[in-house]
Amino acid sequence: MNKYYLNYLDELESEAIFILREVWAQFQNPVIMFSGGKDSILVTHLAKKAFYPAKIPFSLLHVDTGHNFPETIQFRDDLVKKLGVNLLVGSVQESIDKGRVLEEKGKNATRNALQITTLLDAIEEHKIDCAIGGGRRDEEKARAKERFFSHRDDFGQWDPKNQRPELWNLLNGKHFEGEHFRAFPISNWTEMDVWNYILRENISIPSLYIAHEREVVWRNDSWIPNSEFLKLEDHEEIVNKKIRFRTLGDITITGGIESEADTLEKIVQEVSTMRQTERGNRTDDKRSETAMEDRKKEGYF
Amino acid sequence: MNIQHNQLLRFTTAGSVDDGKSTLIGRLLYDSKSIFEDQIAAVENTSKQKGIEGVDLALFTDGLKDEREQGITIDVAYRYFTTPKRKFIIADTPGHVEYTRNMVTGASTANAAIILIDARNGVIEQTKRHAYIASLLQIPHILVCVNKMDLVDYSEERFNEIVNQFEEFASKLYIKDVRYIPISALNGDNVVNRSEEMTWYKDSPLLNALETLHISSDINKIDSRLAIQTVIRPQREGFIDYRGYAGRLQSGILRVGDDVAVLPSGFTTKVKSINAGEKDVEEAFAPMSVSLTLEDDIDISRGDMIVRKNNQPETSQEFDVMLCWLNRESARPRTKYTIMHTSNEKKAMIKDVVYKMDINTFERDKDDKSLNMNDIARVKIRTTHRLMVDAYRKNRNTGSIILVDDATKETVAAGMII
Repeated sequence: MNKYYLNYLDELESEAIFILREVWAQFQNPVIMFSGGKDSILVTHLAKKAFYPAKIPFSLLHVDTGHNFPETIQFRDDLVKKLGVNLLVGSVQESIDKGRVLEEKGKNATRNALQITTLLDAIEEHKIDCAIGGGRRDEEKARAKERFFSHRDDFGQWDPKNQRPELWNLLNGKHFEGEHFRAFPISNWTEMDVWNYILRENISIPSLYIAHEREVVWRNDSWIPNSEFLKLEDHEEIVNKKIRFRTLGDITITGGIESEADTLEKIVQEVSTMRQTERGNRTDDKRSETAMEDRKKEGYF
Repeated sequence: MNIQHNQLLRFTTAGSVDDGKSTLIGRLLYDSKSIFEDQIAAVENTSKQKGIEGVDLALFTDGLKDEREQGITIDVAYRYFTTPKRKFIIADTPGHVEYTRNMVTGASTANAAIILIDARNGVIEQTKRHAYIASLLQIPHILVCVNKMDLVDYSEERFNEIVNQFEEFASKLYIKDVRYIPISALNGDNVVNRSEEMTWYKDSPLLNALETLHISSDINKIDSRLAIQTVIRPQREGFIDYRGYAGRLQSGILRVGDDVAVLPSGFTTKVKSINAGEKDVEEAFAPMSVSLTLEDDIDISRGDMIVRKNNQPETSQEFDVMLCWLNRESARPRTKYTIMHTSNEKKAMIKDVVYKMDINTFERDKDDKSLNMNDIARVKIRTTHRLMVDAYRKNRNTGSIILVDDATKETVAAGMII
């Protein structure tokens, strides 16, 4: 075989860097949507490579639900300091206090859907014309139809039936004032690719992804972490388990899995034999068959 | 398992639900163990509700709400699977007449196309349409899968008949590498596992064929082209005068010390350094994303192109293009569109429609000058400034363009430079 070919991780990396540079060239005020999860950490890492030796030219935008894992916030602040980038925070609590949104009621109440308003408000306030996300097409069937450059109307909405065709490497980010784009540089990565790359590049990630002892409660078929926001039902009890998280979101809805994988190597090994999808432990996706599609249309990540 | 050296193969599938396309993709994913238990459980559940015994494989590629309700596929959906040999990206596109636009989109970056033929029907108009688009988009490898072999008693004779039908009309097209595989997606014959019913077929089953296609040569490695996306200027200590010309190599190879020309200005200089992902390298090749520094201080900005001094593209303001019209709004005569080509963008006008192609009969209509959704036509384009172009047949990345309508900002057409 000739030596002039890229292996699949290098090709995915090159594609993502290409997209990040297109975002920078085509938009006035792009930001990276940073949740503290591994996918947004990966996007940030790729942005560092894309603009080396310059600093990352994007601000990080964190939509803070107020229901965070403390580890996530610590990680975010350390990373921002290390990279010397600007951090913007959109606060769901503020949106609630201002009366922009109403808090959900009931046992399974979460602030997941409320993030949409906070995000769109932040986009308007900071005049953001492109929000870069860590969404991947393998995650969910609505995401399988996303473009690299995904158009949002002036209400921040996604219209899956009316997407711009995306051909070759020609990305059209043109838009009218008030509209914005979402850009997804790691669209073509799978969960396995992300982990293999994190291992290869030795990217630091929040300790939550690595197996650790934690107080949890069994709910909706996964281990929900104990926190000040958790309301226990009568039949529920808090136990100690060695768990890790496959995805990170709001602490109230992110379920962990029992695991002994306490190193990156072991995680890669574990993920490769995993027989459940990554978002299977996210109660936000379990609400209905089209939960993700419905939220995406309204302007979700 | 050493996967570090595995390559990525992108392929597109053309066909309609009736050809068993969704079943085939479901079968590939299912038999290669790329489907998770919760997805299987969900599909088993739905299959049961619909009164289907066992698992309806087609449901694994189920799409958005509207699509499920109307039983159609709206758009290109991307799916992923990995085997110990390769990572695969499937661009799954619907095959109906009105979806030429989606097929073209899915085909634009594909290494390979699977064209599905129903063994009972043989080559039909739709097959010709798919083969035409695959050849128009210059997909390097074509895999013709004759499906539903179980319904023709796994007949070798029938298979050969269809192969001959395909060869006959495909001889009019420009297809480099084509192979034929008799399969039954429903029963799994020759998809992942070799068929026990068709021992007369000695070649590889589909998955094995996909795993072993020679794709290293799919990208042009001869004509070195680097279209500049952005100029990196760190403006901090240690890098005060640093100017990194960043882009993804469209084709070819560049080495430190190479004599290069910067287009369109034509200034020549040498490559001083090449940076790829924070590391300095001695050489870079397509499709690597790199950042170059040059020996001389030359004014370079987005849209310019760095090429080898002795191997340059054409610089032209007028060229012929095979154009696919993608938008509901038809082309407006003498309107200026924005043309996007590599990282360059200028204004362009469609000067003339030379002929329109009937993709069912391959007949050329020289009288109809309109351009409507899903039309494919040879047109003459004139741009306000010179572009650095190669023929699409030689170079997919520097031979392709899109047109954007300034009134709507939408991508209205895609073209291949002749």
